[in-house]
Amino acid sequence: MSEATQPAQLRTRGLLREFSGFVAVNGVDLDVEAGTVHALVGPNGAGKTTLFNLLTGFLKPTGGRIELDGEDVTGLRPERIAQRGVARSFQITSLFEELTLVEHVELALQGRDGLGYRFWRSDKALRRYRAETDDLLEQVGLIEHANKQAGSLAYGQKRALELALALALSPRLLLLDEPTAGMGVEDVARTVELIRRVRADRTVVLVEHNMKVVGDLTDRVTVLQFGKVLAEGPYEEVRNDPRVITAYLGENVA
Amino acid sequence: MIISRLVAGRSPVVRLAFLVVGLVLAFGLPWMIYPPVALDIAAWALFAVALDLLLGYTGLLSFGHAAFWGSSAYATGIIAVETGMPFYVAVLGGAVVAALIAVPIAMLSVRRTGIYFAMVTLAFAQLIYFVANQWRSVTGGENGLQGIPREAFGWDLADSFYFYYAALPLILVGLLIAWRVVYSPFGRVMVAIRENPARARALGYPVNRYKVQVFVISAFLAGIAGGVYAVGHGFASLQEVYWTTSGKVVVMNILGGMGTLWGPVLGAGIIVVLEDYLATAGIDAIGVVTGAIFVVTVLVFRRGIWGTAKHLLRSRRPSVPEADPQAEKPKSAAEPQPH
Repeated sequence: MSEATQPAQLRTRGLLREFSGFVAVNGVDLDVEAGTVHALVGPNGAGKTTLFNLLTGFLKPTGGRIELDGEDVTGLRPERIAQRGVARSFQITSLFEELTLVEHVELALQGRDGLGYRFWRSDKALRRYRAETDDLLEQVGLIEHANKQAGSLAYGQKRALELALALALSPRLLLLDEPTAGMGVEDVARTVELIRRVRADRTVVLVEHNMKVVGDLTDRVTVLQFGKVLAEGPYEEVRNDPRVITAYLGENVA
Repeated sequence: MIISRLVAGRSPVVRLAFLVVGLVLAFGLPWMIYPPVALDIAAWALFAVALDLLLGYTGLLSFGHAAFWGSSAYATGIIAVETGMPFYVAVLGGAVVAALIAVPIAMLSVRRTGIYFAMVTLAFAQLIYFVANQWRSVTGGENGLQGIPREAFGWDLADSFYFYYAALPLILVGLLIAWRVVYSPFGRVMVAIRENPARARALGYPVNRYKVQVFVISAFLAGIAGGVYAVGHGFASLQEVYWTTSGKVVVMNILGGMGTLWGPVLGAGIIVVLEDYLATAGIDAIGVVTGAIFVVTVLVFRRGIWGTAKHLLRSRRPSVPEADPQAEKPKSAAEPQPH
């Protein structure tokens, strides 16, 4: 996060993804302005995670376009999209169980700097990241576990490590899939604080079920239902939208 | 406990201790056992370590590594016979040939994972076997390639005892390369790919390109091993490209403990010594005995001999915290497969 980044702008037009007849994402037009925090909400099965997988190249769209800063990135491979400054966290925690926390962060940092192919160099070269690694682990509250294997962490801690990994890439666009799921109250507060801090020089899109988090953090909210955009706008506006209340928010907010 | 510190430790002192013991064994081997067997151990040890880069560190089971060991055995033999150059040159030439053959095989194989990857590599190895069998004018077909000279600067290497020491530097350099690769920034990416390829891609790593690179390095090292083996035996036969050779090096890895570097060396030593002992004792059913040992190992020591020792001793150390049982989450099938 020492690196200065230029926030990215994200746009989709008519984004479509079918799974053998089932349309998970059905013509989604999404406009995420540079430097904003944008939430994707909606009931389970609304297509939020599928949308994330399309945006990050893990799924190829059946139709439609994805633009990053006006450039067409539709159908690019995940590593290509990552190299363009898009980092994501996974809803289902996705880590390298046998690597330590330090090794995780170093892995993200060395990829950013193109050290990955250096098979003739000692991994001692990675010591240059010591300060940056410690800083990141400190920020997500994991510094005291720095040398543990990721497999030994508790669930909420793994979520925090996910966040550290994504941040280590100094992304211009940060996609967070349920960053606070499974976290205790304290950890949620710290995560919200962290996102608020890192949004300064990047765009953030998050899938989130915790409406307090959404209300605290986001500039705009897109509500998805059955793979379609149901409503879009500032949180206060969307939460009072009668369609949204019936579809989703009613049970949680009313 | 001292022993647990020794096996499980990561400290430089412990690593150095292992290195010293390993080198003493490597240099003392022809004094302890019949020198041709010592040479076989050295060659197979490098071969097994070469495979470990793929199998243990990158999580790719190649079931066709005989293709690289064998094609280098032939290429080394041809270079040595035709040019009469020092065997060092011949072996390095053979290894380069193996690496070149590995490039297209790797590029096609890495498009598949798991059992399909294993089957594709096996299929390519069978293709190489077929070529070696049919291309008699070059490989000698079923007779093999005979009369590979042990030539090096006019040294008298007729005695296998001396040839062992002449060839040892090649093996040690090969092992050194493997060690360097594992403990490099690149090696970190290998392990990341093994643990979670989708996540590695999300971090911006082109996983398949990395796999190809590991594959080619592995084939090169397997080629050094195969070339040394061929020069040591004075011939290259179809056995070198046969699928049982691919199987044997996988067994050495699993027996010794893959993903540990030392484990495959240990596995190679055990298998070679055992086969030699059984053959000398006049027991025909070598496969039955080694097979039985393999089955028992897999059932009792899932991590192999070295891997199990390391795990047991490490988990007994108090400084490493117990894993949080709640942290164990089954890998979900819902996670998307990268295309």
